[in-house]
Amino acid sequence: MMKTSDIENIEISLLLEGIFDVYGYDFREYAEASLKRRLTQWLHKTGFAGFSEAQAVVLRDRELFSDLLDGITVNVSEMFRDPQFFKAIREVVVPHLKTYPFIKIWVAGCAAGEEAYSLAILLCEEGLDGHYRIYATDINERVLQQAKEGVYPLERMRQFTHSYQTAGGKRDFADYYTARYDRAILSQKLKNNIVFASHNLTVDAGLGEMQTVLCRNLLIYFRPALKERVLTLFDGSLSNGGFLCLGMKETLSGRCISGGYKELARGTRIYRKQYA
Amino acid sequence: MHRELRFCAVVVGVSMGGVEALRVLLGGLPQDFRLPVIIVHHTSPDSQSNLAALLDSFCPLRIKEADEEEKIEAGTAYFAPPNYHLLLERDGTLSLSVDMPVCFARPSVDVLFESAAKACGPGLIGIIMTGGGSDGSGGLKTIKDMGGITIVQDPLEAEADFMPRSALAAVKADHVLPLKGIAPLLCALAERKKEQ
Repeated sequence: MMKTSDIENIEISLLLEGIFDVYGYDFREYAEASLKRRLTQWLHKTGFAGFSEAQAVVLRDRELFSDLLDGITVNVSEMFRDPQFFKAIREVVVPHLKTYPFIKIWVAGCAAGEEAYSLAILLCEEGLDGHYRIYATDINERVLQQAKEGVYPLERMRQFTHSYQTAGGKRDFADYYTARYDRAILSQKLKNNIVFASHNLTVDAGLGEMQTVLCRNLLIYFRPALKERVLTLFDGSLSNGGFLCLGMKETLSGRCISGGYKELARGTRIYRKQYA
Repeated sequence: MHRELRFCAVVVGVSMGGVEALRVLLGGLPQDFRLPVIIVHHTSPDSQSNLAALLDSFCPLRIKEADEEEKIEAGTAYFAPPNYHLLLERDGTLSLSVDMPVCFARPSVDVLFESAAKACGPGLIGIIMTGGGSDGSGGLKTIKDMGGITIVQDPLEAEADFMPRSALAAVKADHVLPLKGIAPLLCALAERKKEQ
């Protein structure tokens, strides 16, 4: 007889197949351990006895599927996470970007918009207002709605302010938001240059020519084959001389596209696409 | 991983007072230690992660910060990077996540222990050492439930006793030992063969 844990693994892969067939969201190539952890947490919350029981309803009830999607996607980031990364963007990448008349930037897997807004603040301070557009995409419609609103718990502002300053911020961080009760509302000015849109990296095509693609701490959730697919998608969307930015523990080394890229400085995870 | 061995990996959770505890534990393991060791040491999110490099310079074991997709190997200790959860996959590779902190911690001991217990089943050795907070207690219980071996540093001599006490409240540990006793026990356990 098979062990209970083995049967559960089979139930999970059947559920993921079903979700792909019904809704077109492909989680089959996600790294297993953290996906399983989040699926299990979601299952406990819903009260279903097991994944098979949940599957029967999820495949028919779009609301429940949205709830599952919320449970298994990572929906929270930080503003200016890894301040040294944003410092490098400001000091090394921005001078190159300034040579373009207009800059297009893709923030892939934008969650609640924290990184897109961080970037907007930085570009605004560097005098690029009106010369750029950020396309911020995510697979989760609910979280995109949050991102559009740009409202965060006020308590998070203390940490964001600290990171902003460490990242070389030039102004008072409070200039960028209005406090209302326990919420911080980001200023409309930042939102004007960002387009939030639904996009699924596992199945959709690229976005067209970008000068920078930011995708930090998303590839860590993918198995190698899906990483390769997504990186190829980014490569096809980047102009020569453009920049690909990954998370601090993500690397291009060993990937198919790595030959066409050069890391700006070791460990920055900012890769420049070489002119062919 | 040696297929004939009883155990496939050692996981360690440690927090406040952890630098000295890790120095003693890892310093007591030989270069040819038969198992991989995977460690969550609570640190501040923006700490420069040089503890692994420091310990590597004077321990016989190879010690490094974990990379994504890295296959775990005997004789090597892997540290969770600051601000990332570290997980063990069923295929013996490591993976990272930036999911919400668990028990206020990222990296979280529970996240590592629970994933490793699912990957290794009864072939896992879990250790909780000095620290504040209760992270790791749930994970140690999972290890025990799956048939693995559980070890807790004796709270009476731990620099911070809350984490070991919390673990002992959650699990009837197989071994409660002073720090100096843990490495010799690991060396003995690592040699154990699978029962036919």
